[in-house]
Amino acid sequence: MLFKLSVKNMKKSFGDYTIYFLTLILGVAIFYVFNSMDSQQAMMQLSASTKAIVDLLLQMLGGVSVFVSIILGFLIVYANNFLIKRRKKEFGIYMTLGMGKGQISRILFLETIIVGIMSLAVGLLIGVFASQGMSVVVAKMFEADMSRYEFVFSKAACIKTIVYFGIMYLAVILMNMISISKLNLIDLLTAVKKSESIKVKNAAVSVIVFLASIGMLVYAYYNVAYKTSSIGPGSIMLMIAIGSLGTFLFFWSLAGFLLKLVQTSRKTYFKGLNMFIMRQINSKINTMVFSMTIICLMLFMTIGVLSSGMSLNTSVKEGLKENAPVDVNLWIPVREDGKTAADMIEEAGYSMDHFKPDYALVTEYATNELTLKDTLGSAVKEMEAAYTMLDDSTAESVMKVSEYNKIADMYGQPKIEVGQNEYAVICNYDNMRVWRDKGLEQGTKISLGGVEYFPHYDKCQDGFIKMSGNATNFGIIVLPDEAVNEAWSVKSLLIANYSADDQQGKESMEAELAALDSPAAAEIDAVTKISLYEGSVGLGAIVTFIAIYLGVIFLISSAAILALKELSDSSDNRERYAVLRQIGTDEKMINRALFTQTAIFFLIPLALAAVHSIFGIKFVNVILESMGAESRGESIVGTAIFIIAIYGGYFIATYFGSKRIIAGK
Amino acid sequence: MNTVLKVENIDKYYGNKGSLTKAIDGISFQIEKGEFVGIMGASGSGKTTLLNCISTIDRVTAGNIFINSKNITQLKGNKLNKFRREELGFIFQDFNLLDTLTAYENIALALTIQKVPSGQIDPRVQDAAAKLGITDILWKYPYQMSGGQRQRVACARAIITNPQLILADEPTGALDSKSARMLLESFKALNEQNSATILMVTHDAFTASYAGRILFIKDGQIFNELVRGRDSRKVFFNKIIEVVSLLGGELNDVI
Repeated sequence: MLFKLSVKNMKKSFGDYTIYFLTLILGVAIFYVFNSMDSQQAMMQLSASTKAIVDLLLQMLGGVSVFVSIILGFLIVYANNFLIKRRKKEFGIYMTLGMGKGQISRILFLETIIVGIMSLAVGLLIGVFASQGMSVVVAKMFEADMSRYEFVFSKAACIKTIVYFGIMYLAVILMNMISISKLNLIDLLTAVKKSESIKVKNAAVSVIVFLASIGMLVYAYYNVAYKTSSIGPGSIMLMIAIGSLGTFLFFWSLAGFLLKLVQTSRKTYFKGLNMFIMRQINSKINTMVFSMTIICLMLFMTIGVLSSGMSLNTSVKEGLKENAPVDVNLWIPVREDGKTAADMIEEAGYSMDHFKPDYALVTEYATNELTLKDTLGSAVKEMEAAYTMLDDSTAESVMKVSEYNKIADMYGQPKIEVGQNEYAVICNYDNMRVWRDKGLEQGTKISLGGVEYFPHYDKCQDGFIKMSGNATNFGIIVLPDEAVNEAWSVKSLLIANYSADDQQGKESMEAELAALDSPAAAEIDAVTKISLYEGSVGLGAIVTFIAIYLGVIFLISSAAILALKELSDSSDNRERYAVLRQIGTDEKMINRALFTQTAIFFLIPLALAAVHSIFGIKFVNVILESMGAESRGESIVGTAIFIIAIYGGYFIATYFGSKRIIAGK
Repeated sequence: MNTVLKVENIDKYYGNKGSLTKAIDGISFQIEKGEFVGIMGASGSGKTTLLNCISTIDRVTAGNIFINSKNITQLKGNKLNKFRREELGFIFQDFNLLDTLTAYENIALALTIQKVPSGQIDPRVQDAAAKLGITDILWKYPYQMSGGQRQRVACARAIITNPQLILADEPTGALDSKSARMLLESFKALNEQNSATILMVTHDAFTASYAGRILFIKDGQIFNELVRGRDSRKVFFNKIIEVVSLLGGELNDVI
């Protein structure tokens, strides 16, 4: 009997449940997809070094999943409370018919179980299929071989999803029991009629608080975005706190402020249903200041993590393309017997035939006669003030111009020239370049062995000696060949491409290189394109995956809260719209009012989150730049499309849902 | 005198072939401009259905209703809404004010949905409020007012558009006797001083005694009609009671 009642209830209120149900399904599906990564096809095909990164990724995803399940848990409990509130009258009727609280709890228990099982089943089904698509994405990111396709189902992820969501549903059941035990029959029966007393805030107070909140936000924005370099971790926390408080006060006062603002123009306020719309928004925002704050901050995090995650990934890839243009760099410390890197590699048993003949064999020099202090000029004092840990007596790397140009040729960098008494600086690490450029502009002269040299260029030239994942060349001083003393030599470098033409051939040559095991081989250091790609792409992928995972969860959670609030209000609003109809308002006007009201309600937190993000992303960019990455315009566009699609979807579903509710006769 | 409302032999059936309910069964009557007419009947007699049909909220099964010689049974969609907001004023038993709006805004809303220029709104709201004696509560919200005050606000909302016909559905139903009396005095004043035409549905003899003419409805048909003429309200009230007891059972119980 109770079961029948539960099922009937669910069928009846399916419309109200739709968004809740869809959000649960989405949550389950996403949870499964990210937790099934380990058993995905693409993962099986990865090389050993990538595998290590993927393991790290999986560990991190595991941790993030706990966090995600907490967020989803809160969402589910919150949403469930909405639904319970809506059904107070129904429970009241049950109780007047003699049903005990225990039985009502059992009805709710059954309903939760039904919703839980259905959402898990559908969610997992979608998740399993979505994870096949995810596999392709993973394969692309890690450049794994996907020629042999296989349908994959992860039992572990499935069990994990069921356990995590099972716990969440248990929490809901517990919460329901508590809220049912608190119910009074009289409250239940009069719940519908009890009109909320409208909390009217003093307009003057609202305006003052609003201005104060704007002030706090501007202060936090300014410090975070424009004084980034001088801000410590402690004051970052302070700025986040000020920003959050500012956000809260913003929503606390916004409704009153907006109302006051629109009211000052009688023409606007007393036009059509404008005052009705304003009052609706006013009462809505005022009843959910705290939720609005949380939603806004979650949206802010979504925008932040998505755009910086994508930025980092693209930027890593671009950085690699530029900074790892050849297959391999090998180097050894200079030996007394004068053997070069090429000699040593052959001695280690690796034939030079593995490399294309156009390789470059060069020497890197360094001398205590030429240190950072000597080349920076007066800029060194400023720099030391900024970076106290810097040692200005570090010897600079030096190269002969002829040898440097050989490398530049291989790397596709512009060749440089230096005259007889001239030098040039090669540097591509932005933070360092600033100081070096200052030194060059001043025309800082250096003297070596009594001879003076002047800068040929007044700016650093782009380039590097050793490949890396991104632009991190601190600086190399290029001198005329005759100015370099052979006694300064420190390293012998071999820069070469594998002689194989295809990727597979290169990979087997790389494997052979990695497998070398002899005393000679132990002396050789190497950096290869393949290893750089595996390492960096893996890092980028980790960040991107976690960003997308968190971003999606934040996004659907906040959109779902807004949607559920709006929908549960709509049933209260039904009476208000009925009054509008009775006094003869056009349907068109009513629909427009509903649309405007819903749109403003959805837009406000998003708009503030977007403003937060402008400054937040500015801050992140500074951090990214210091890591050698840079922000990408297209990642912002990507994020925007993503958010508009999901958030917009919720908005449209909410609008049509509300329309259906208020049209109900 | 010109006829504001003319109801011609209307029927309203509910249900299907198996179980047909005749809520209204061939009712005809008319109301002249400046009249204050009451409709009385027990619950289930069809009086609310009649009012809903006249107020265009419900549709008749057969027959015609003319308001200012316009046949409203032919109107549809937005024309119907336009007609409703321009020609009719509504007063409901449970006030139907918007709880989020102040009294002033509730009254003004009837004008703004007619796209009345904002400049005209204030004088008209003040005027209507003065007529009903609610000028000093205009800035209150419904939940801050008494039932009687709320009903007078609703009344101001109904008259502000200068409708041809004011339809009141059990306007005193949710009021205590003192508030009810004040409201009815307001109705009387509107009717006598502004020659507003009022059609009021009630089952309360006291409320009905304020009207100039009363139609009694039983089982969907007009059962009797009482005209006050030169009688005092007290005499008229006693006559109403007589008819009510004639009508029998149910209505007596309700009183």
